[in-house]
Amino acid sequence: MSEATARMRRVIGSWDVIVLLAVVTIAVVGSLTIDGVSNPRFWRFVTLEAIPIVLIALPMTLIVITGEIDLSVASVLGLTCTVFGFLWESGVTSLPVLIAVSLLLGGALGAVNGLFITGFGLPSLAVTIGTLALYRGLAYVVLGDRAVASYPATWTGNAIKALPGTTIPWMILVAAALAVVFGAVLHATPVGRGLYAMGNNAEAARFTGIGVRATKFWLFVISGAMAALAGVFWTLRFASARADNGTGLELAVVAAVLLGGVSIFGGRGTLLGVLGALALLTVLRNALQLANVPANTLTIITGSLLIASVVGPNVAGMLRERLRRRRSTAPTASPST
Amino acid sequence: MTMVQTPPDAATTRGTRLARRAFVVRELGIAIALIVLVVVTFAVNPRFLSAQSIKDLLLGATILAILAIGQTVVVITRNVDLSVGSILGLAAFATGALFEASPGLPIPVMILVGLAFGAACGIVNGGLIAAARVPALVVTLGTLYVFRGLDYMWATGRQINAADMPAGFLKMGTATVAGVPVLTLFAVVVLVVVGYFLRNYRSGRELYAIGSDPAAARLSGIPTGRRVFAAFVVSGALAGLAGVLHAARFGTIDANVGLGDELNVVAAVVVGGVAIFGGSGSVYGAVLGAVLLTTIGAALPVLGINPFWQNAAVGALILAAIGLDRALSARVGRNLQERKAHV
Repeated sequence: MSEATARMRRVIGSWDVIVLLAVVTIAVVGSLTIDGVSNPRFWRFVTLEAIPIVLIALPMTLIVITGEIDLSVASVLGLTCTVFGFLWESGVTSLPVLIAVSLLLGGALGAVNGLFITGFGLPSLAVTIGTLALYRGLAYVVLGDRAVASYPATWTGNAIKALPGTTIPWMILVAAALAVVFGAVLHATPVGRGLYAMGNNAEAARFTGIGVRATKFWLFVISGAMAALAGVFWTLRFASARADNGTGLELAVVAAVLLGGVSIFGGRGTLLGVLGALALLTVLRNALQLANVPANTLTIITGSLLIASVVGPNVAGMLRERLRRRRSTAPTASPST
Repeated sequence: MTMVQTPPDAATTRGTRLARRAFVVRELGIAIALIVLVVVTFAVNPRFLSAQSIKDLLLGATILAILAIGQTVVVITRNVDLSVGSILGLAAFATGALFEASPGLPIPVMILVGLAFGAACGIVNGGLIAAARVPALVVTLGTLYVFRGLDYMWATGRQINAADMPAGFLKMGTATVAGVPVLTLFAVVVLVVVGYFLRNYRSGRELYAIGSDPAAARLSGIPTGRRVFAAFVVSGALAGLAGVLHAARFGTIDANVGLGDELNVVAAVVVGGVAIFGGSGSVYGAVLGAVLLTTIGAALPVLGINPFWQNAAVGALILAAIGLDRALSARVGRNLQERKAHV
């Protein structure tokens, strides 16, 4: 048994490594073979595209590890965008105020999710499908199908400003700092170990004194606030607040989290794996686009990677199990040489 | 507490009766909500129940209802099929492409092709889930992308128009029998067949057992893998059928047909009182859910409410439905426990 778990841990550990190696391989092969991948501007676009997804994926990873899911994130992003735009139109011109209101709004929307899930004990999959529709609907109520795009040009300029001497936007530092915080909490604190415990067995976790409900509630609040932050960035980057901003992003984020080796049943996975998977998908998509590979191929690749990421380890595990059983039923049949 | 006076020998049947009543109440709640909505809208504008708008309403609900029936079969087993929107798109495009190639193809053959096409996609899903024992959410999220990608690849930005399809096929999309659209009759047949199967067949009941407790189901000798596999094949086949009907109804098909439908379908199923973690619910409820969601969309403009509220109303409805469901099942659970304590 301990041998099996040790082996399993090794497999999980190596998944991060596999994903990260794949990213590096794609980057190296891409810059050698595809014209433009070695160009710093390519990496600027990759980073800009990755920032909002990273922001949403950080809390999503923690939520999935506890065995829950938050499908409402893209709708929170959309609703935040429209409220941001609406407030700007109604004369709120202070960027810090707009950001603060957006984050509070996101936190409140997450709290509604959390309340339904932990307060009433409803399944998060169903609740957040409901709020996915509800929040996206409210976004349309706020702005209709209009776009608010009249922000000062300096706002966009500042939001996507590059770090001195590079082409990489400075916001990646914010995302990276947040990633460090989330990673530290998940992997180096009792709270983080509690999240794994909840994902493995919520009842057992509760009996060991972990505040399962409170923790999950706050995770959903944080998820909402982070989606709102992503929404602010989205609005500023494209200088456009629209009700359909980020539609469908939830499945892309969930795909990255799962591809990163997090079990959909909770209790397993690392943040590094998820960030690696995010990098893998974003770099691959952009590189193949440069190579004129049509978008439909990318869709197929994304889906296949996702399926392979769960089928691969399972089939390998089943084969190993079968081998082990055969060995244990006939221990002396073929002495090892 | 007032029901404690029942004779003790009746207590054994009370459990099943309670469960059955909860089942009825669940469907009844949705039906009442639907009726109230229709009556109120009718009071505001009587044209809401004109023959034409009833026809439009039924046509609008038909495709969602068929998808919801397939989804229910899967959700009952504690799984989910997110790929149905992509399967529908793929089957719709296959219909158009096939008619382009051989316009003389009889309609029944086309419907069989659609069913088979969808079933093939379902076999991919079910095979991966049952054989490799991987979570359905992940696999069908993957095939959502793969099937859609294949659709894009096949369509290559092209659009198939009504002119490319036989007139008889398109006529089926708008024809009615006694005021009821022909396409809706398909949904009714599917509903009756699947509803009867789930309620009266041993394998149908086993799907519920699997959803209630997969481990217990396996221990009691139910071939869970095979049953779950079959559930996904049914869901895929019905999505394929929905694709053919979509082609007949709209006549124009591009690679975006059915995009994003998966969450609408799950919403309809959940609103219809099917427990997202399996083991309870019925296809009748799911179809009522689909009709309710469609009716809301049609009723809002008539009621003078900004149609932008539609999504929000659907979301609120989902939350209300699952909240109500929880309250109901908690009550049944309490009653059953009381009975046990009494005996």
